[in-house]
Amino acid sequence: MINPTEYLPKSYHARVSTYWWLSRWAYLKFILREASSVFVAWFVVVTLLQIRALARGPADYAEFQHWLRNPLLLALNAVSLFFVIFHAVTWFNLAPKAMAIRLRGKRLPSIAIAGPNYVAWVVISAAVAWILLRG
Amino acid sequence: MANRITLEVTRYDPAHDEKPRLDAFEVPLRKEWVVLDALNYIKDHLDGSLSFRWSCRMGVCGSCGMTVNGVPKLTCATFLSDYAPGPVRVEPMRNFPVLRDLVVDTSDFLVKLSKSKPWIIRKVEKPLDEEYFQTPEQLDAYKQFSMCINCMLCYAACPVYGLDPLFSGPAAIALAQRYNLDSRDEGASDRLDILSQHDGIWGCTFVGECTQVCPKNVDPAGAIQQYKLTATMEWVKSLVLPRGASSE
Repeated sequence: MINPTEYLPKSYHARVSTYWWLSRWAYLKFILREASSVFVAWFVVVTLLQIRALARGPADYAEFQHWLRNPLLLALNAVSLFFVIFHAVTWFNLAPKAMAIRLRGKRLPSIAIAGPNYVAWVVISAAVAWILLRG
Repeated sequence: MANRITLEVTRYDPAHDEKPRLDAFEVPLRKEWVVLDALNYIKDHLDGSLSFRWSCRMGVCGSCGMTVNGVPKLTCATFLSDYAPGPVRVEPMRNFPVLRDLVVDTSDFLVKLSKSKPWIIRKVEKPLDEEYFQTPEQLDAYKQFSMCINCMLCYAACPVYGLDPLFSGPAAIALAQRYNLDSRDEGASDRLDILSQHDGIWGCTFVGECTQVCPKNVDPAGAIQQYKLTATMEWVKSLVLPRGASSE
């Protein structure tokens, strides 16, 4: 196959800046969305540590709870909560883009795909809150 | 409104310049003028050597894509008055090599476009006196993706393409999907290999800016994510049914 660029004159190739993601708000939002997975992973680690402490008995669990009250950890977990919510909301909002479901020739509106995700999120969160807070 | 506005325009002469620079031009600010009108005013009255592409000036030909104040735009559909009092910075489309001033080299896109086979593929053609019927619902399945005018604004907006030039890119994938979804087409399995490779759909990280800048509401980001689902299903099918896995 002929290479169509072979006989072109000299051209200028701009280098993409390392900080390209700071040039537009949409790009920054994308990077924050991707970075949110680190905080999701952190919550997984916290949950695993919590389960381990629980399995080791009341003394270990009390110590774990004491560790969680550390101001630095509270701050980290507050930031993590923000990012996990951001992660969930952006995921639910992107889901309808990836799923083009057609019913009787018409594409389902975005709300029909994102909506059930949000409803499930609220119901499961409420159930977890009820289990944790009833005592 | 002030009756003049300043345009800062990228200039690059490959014979003399090592890298591009910006030249400022003052042009009349008229309510009905778009950025392309201002560029034509510069070429006609201020500097005849300014080079840029344009043709239809009505959002159909896809030639006049440039970067206006940092955002990929069709300059024939971008009103000057929206940027008053200015200045307005007009640069070539990002992520493409610059040949001269505002003219970029689009060869890479054209090669990628032809690789995704954006035409109707038939195993057996019908005789010439027979028609391929299509219902309005079947037309509706791909119509949005068929609105693409190959303006390449989606490539200019895509950071993945900027960082990895091997990435097939938004429009080429959206147009492949346009034919995959066409009830007259039988070429989906021919396109699967090129689309499902690493530099095809899986290169996309769903930044979504291609869809935001598209002047024809094609939604290439949606096309790519939908095709990721299709390709995954094909992969699962090939695991479960090693022979005859194709959906056709």
